[in-house]
Amino acid sequence: MFVSPRIRKHLLACLSVFSFLLVSAAQAEELGWPEKEELTFGFIKLTDMAPIAIAYEQGYFEDEGLYVTIEAQANWKVLLDGVIDGRLDGAHMLAGQPIAATIGFGTSAHIITPFSMDLNGNGITVSNEIWEAMKPNIPTQGDGKPVHPIKADALKPVVDEYRADGKPFNMGMVFPVSTHNYELRYWLAAGGIHPGYYAPHRGDITGQIDADALLSVTPPPQMPATLEAGTIYGYCVGEPWNQQAVFKGIGVPVVTDYEIWKNNPEKVFGITKEFAEKYPNTTVRLVRALIRAAMWLDENDNANRPEAVKILAQSNYVGADYDVIANSMTGTFEYEKGDKREVPDFNVFFRYNATYPYYSDAIWYLTQMRRWGQISEDKSDDWYKATAEKVYRPDIYATAAQSLIDEGLANAEDFPNFDTETGFRKPQTHFIDNFVYDGTKPNEYIEQFPIGLKQGQVL
Amino acid sequence: MNTATLFKRAMPMSTPSRLQREIRARTLPVLLSLIGIAGFLVIWSSAASNITTSLGNFPGPSAVYTQFGKLYEEHKAERAKAEAFYERQEKRNADRVAKDPDYVPKIRAYTGKETFLDQIWTSVYTALTGFVFAALIAIPLGIAIGLSRSLSIAMNPVIQVLKPISPLAWLPLVTMVVSGVYTTTDPMFAKSFLNSMITVMLCCLWPMVINTAVGVASIDKDLVNVSRVLSLNALQHTWRIVLPASVPMIFTGMRLAIGIAWMVLIAAEMLAQNPGLGKFVWDEFQNGSSESLSRILAAAIVIGLIGFALDRGMLALQRLLSWDKSSATR
Repeated sequence: MFVSPRIRKHLLACLSVFSFLLVSAAQAEELGWPEKEELTFGFIKLTDMAPIAIAYEQGYFEDEGLYVTIEAQANWKVLLDGVIDGRLDGAHMLAGQPIAATIGFGTSAHIITPFSMDLNGNGITVSNEIWEAMKPNIPTQGDGKPVHPIKADALKPVVDEYRADGKPFNMGMVFPVSTHNYELRYWLAAGGIHPGYYAPHRGDITGQIDADALLSVTPPPQMPATLEAGTIYGYCVGEPWNQQAVFKGIGVPVVTDYEIWKNNPEKVFGITKEFAEKYPNTTVRLVRALIRAAMWLDENDNANRPEAVKILAQSNYVGADYDVIANSMTGTFEYEKGDKREVPDFNVFFRYNATYPYYSDAIWYLTQMRRWGQISEDKSDDWYKATAEKVYRPDIYATAAQSLIDEGLANAEDFPNFDTETGFRKPQTHFIDNFVYDGTKPNEYIEQFPIGLKQGQVL
Repeated sequence: MNTATLFKRAMPMSTPSRLQREIRARTLPVLLSLIGIAGFLVIWSSAASNITTSLGNFPGPSAVYTQFGKLYEEHKAERAKAEAFYERQEKRNADRVAKDPDYVPKIRAYTGKETFLDQIWTSVYTALTGFVFAALIAIPLGIAIGLSRSLSIAMNPVIQVLKPISPLAWLPLVTMVVSGVYTTTDPMFAKSFLNSMITVMLCCLWPMVINTAVGVASIDKDLVNVSRVLSLNALQHTWRIVLPASVPMIFTGMRLAIGIAWMVLIAAEMLAQNPGLGKFVWDEFQNGSSESLSRILAAAIVIGLIGFALDRGMLALQRLLSWDKSSATR
């Protein structure tokens, strides 16, 4: 059949448009190519950055066609600013950071989180001197070792003594909206030690109003050095910086966050809302890679953990000694030197739906922000829910997880049922002070605490 | 007077032959340097074993020496990983082109970590770039100030105040300005590079301006008179008379400046976490592993050696360019 070159050209053009439509239709069902392929992710030197390191080292990012550079950041502020100004495409973040940024406490920007990174993983460490002073107040068990969990009741007389002597009792936490800040406050307040209020509407963001213990910010990797220098008497930080204190012989971890609130949500992966809208395929793909990494980390009862520790010990990731990192990552935790106890769930990366971004987790952080005055006025329960929905994005997570299930890379039973999941965990017990948390009733929850702002209270 | 000559004078000599004297004159300095280094190593290792830190003993020379080997091994391992990365990437690109013919494959740079050797190169490159830019501004400015008394008086207070500003004060300003002004989607230079480079430049500008100006202002009157007699125009006067006459002082400024450039850069990299040796040191400090101290010391030694090499390089350049060889002794 003879067709003139000109007509042939037209035909070809039509054909290619048609085939393009076909191809893109097919891809919409699968998953589109990433719009942005070269990404830079930030992290802070903590073991719970593991999903990012593993997704890189196991090639999960590359499997998604993503070429990721991973950069350690100096502190949480620098990291958050990096994500906001675009120097970083995404980062290992404190759960409170996307929430606080979105509601405008501190730096204001709309950050979202499609992926929770882990559960638990923090501890509170005090200096040797404080530990010696606390010890007489702690009951001992049969073998002469202290009974766990150790409550802040044991610390209270020590703090009172320091205050009576006119010495400020300083403690370190990593960031005003960090899990560590809220956990340390929770623990102290449960023992009757007032950790102080914030009053941002009056420009007071030190968080030391009415405080018995003065909390201030220190970057995680510097915690042991600051404790050693005597600037602070204790701190709350993620691993390996509690175990580091034991190894260096400069302090004693007294309580883990697992004991303060069993299986509490920890870090999240944060990106800007703009990024997620501009690069939807990239977003879903990076979540896929992170889910696979989290699965790998918890696979076969933590079988891969030793290998993960080896990777984390590299100087470009966490960089601490293998033994220090291994302590917590492989399910044991050393309190006082020689007092090593089993904590199999100290670091949870995938089990118990650890990676699913629950609205109720976001709301818990919001309740603590209100409790300590970072949110200066009352908010309605609806506001809490609406804010959580703005920041936590289980929809993106579900898309990513579903595509992994469809490709046979994951099992449906390891995930919540995406059709029925409301995003609210059942009322949670297992807090050190036995209060129950129900994410659907945040105001009722805040009312219960003896120490903390009450409804209608404005500083 | 250097130590070698001092030593020679102190030694009683028994009429040595000329050859002997020659040999002694050449070997003695080398021998003395070696003794100095050996003495230093002995003091270091004995002091090190007596200092205990929370990260274990302070590393001695042998620990640092092993660390150099390890750092090199890490470098090689990372290079091998990089190669594998490129291979995988090519394969992935090919696969994608097969599925998606419109795709224009692109090779992306290796995403792994910068090794110690990479960091050294980054630092040297950044310091030199900052220094060169500073020289390009400082030397013409210095000549202008040296030639014009009124300009000199006008500029003096500004320069005197800007000169002692610490790099740590410049850095936040530079960082904010760069991220505010330099906003391209496809940047040719990394912002971190620009931040470090500009900070270095700002700090090593002033010694060069001041020394050049002084050098130019204090030219021998006779030379100026020669220029007048030959009735050279302003440009010729500067090029033929002023510049050659002030070369020794310009180089003094440049040597001061390159030393400052190097010191400032390490501090800037540490503070801003910009890639380079400063970041390497800070990262290791944060890692707090049992090898951190020896790695930091290894980096410190490299920093020292490079600083020394830069200074010697500048001296060699001065010897090459200056008519007055005696001005460039050490």
